Amino acid sequence: MPGSKKHTNREFEAALKVIRDKLVSMGEAVEEMIGTSVDSLLKADKELAKKTIARDHHVNRLEVDTDDLCLVLLAKRQPMASDLRFITLAMKMVTDLERIGDLAVNISERTLALDGFNAEIVGPILGRMAKINRSLIRDAIESFIEEDPIRAETVIKRDSEVDQLYLRACNEVRQRMKSEEAYLDHGIHLQAAAKFLERIGDHITNLAELVIFMVWGKDIRHLGSRGQTDC
Amino acid sequence: MSQVSNAPKVVPEPIESKVVAKGIKAWFGDNQVLKGIDMEIPQNEITAIIGPSGCGKSTFIRCINRMHELVDIARFEGELLLDGKNIYDNDVDPVLLRRRVGMVFQKPNPFPTMSIRDNVLAGLKMTGRLRKSEAGEILERSLRQAALWEEVKDRLGQPGGGLSGGQQQRLCIARSLAVEPDMLLMDEPCSALDPIATARIEDLLNDLREHYTIIIVTHNMQQATRVSDKTAFFLHGELVEFGATDTLFTHPSDSRTEDYITGKFG
Repeated sequence: MPGSKKHTNREFEAALKVIRDKLVSMGEAVEEMIGTSVDSLLKADKELAKKTIARDHHVNRLEVDTDDLCLVLLAKRQPMASDLRFITLAMKMVTDLERIGDLAVNISERTLALDGFNAEIVGPILGRMAKINRSLIRDAIESFIEEDPIRAETVIKRDSEVDQLYLRACNEVRQRMKSEEAYLDHGIHLQAAAKFLERIGDHITNLAELVIFMVWGKDIRHLGSRGQTDC
Repeated sequence: MSQVSNAPKVVPEPIESKVVAKGIKAWFGDNQVLKGIDMEIPQNEITAIIGPSGCGKSTFIRCINRMHELVDIARFEGELLLDGKNIYDNDVDPVLLRRRVGMVFQKPNPFPTMSIRDNVLAGLKMTGRLRKSEAGEILERSLRQAALWEEVKDRLGQPGGGLSGGQQQRLCIARSLAVEPDMLLMDEPCSALDPIATARIEDLLNDLREHYTIIIVTHNMQQATRVSDKTAFFLHGELVEFGATDTLFTHPSDSRTEDYITGKFG
């Protein structure tokens, strides 16, 4: 897939393009889900939360379709080198993307559980986390399309911004819980939403690591320590 | 290890590489098919050679047992060391050399009317080295090594031509092994075989690796990944890349290798 050269076999070339397009579609879909799930939380909009949850079926379908296509290509074409890396990477990427979709669903479920409660001071932090995550997932997908490992490296580095915000959100929730017992139920949901956003950041990091592997053939997973994310 | 020359036998120093090719050039008439190959083939490993048709891979292995020179218009330059000895030195007898360096071809080529037994022992008989008392043992050992014994032990007197394609190829391997070679050259040994017969040959290669150095030329890249320790990619008579098979087929270092194994153009 990488490079401007095309495969001699046009059917194979076309199938690889289908996989790439599906990954891009999944990336766009889960990016939108991150946005709408946090919007639903910040605006206490239960309808938007339900729409986000419903959207997950589309992402799940894309995951299954992409996996199936990858399996068929592995069996039919026995791909080598960059093609092999691309296809095995696609199978891993869809898993991360699907998990991001699930986490957006989890955030939306917290919106429903909060039942109209205003996120108040934690809200802007969660909003900021969502904004960064959306930007990072766009960059991760762009780095995949453009085969740009430098951009992917930037994505990995910027995950610490999400981690820092998560710790801030935890701190805010904890302080409020200490001072206001009635906040306990709401605080738990908001802290969980922050955790889901932090986990989304980790899955985006995985995507970027896979792009680096695809282009450079260099496996950088588990080399560096991820920032402290226990609150 | 048997000798390839009539010169006094000299015990060689231990050598890691079975074959060392230095600047190998080969021609058919004016057509240069090898343009200076430098390569070291490790001992007791399977080395696969891949590359498009006409890249010189078959010519290269035919230089290793000096079959290239059997073609009238063929020419050769360079040094080819087998266990440290240049096989193109004047004191090397090509016939003795070919006994040490067995070859298995694309199409199974048993002597069709000759019995299975005589096919296996043909090489020894032709070189006058067969002692009657040893024939039975050599026959069984060679057929066992070629993973054919169980299938033919009750019909050793029947013609080799009556066996299936896969069995015929294993019979040819048994024939090569009977003369106790040091190494085996295989030129697309499975291209005429069905998947089961191919699997048998590949399984056999895995067993043979312990005792022999094997070079296999193949168009089937999946086969190269399955059977070989190292792979060489030839293109237009040049060695483009040579390295561990696992690395070459997952992260080739040369873009020409990448393009070839992924089937790209442009």
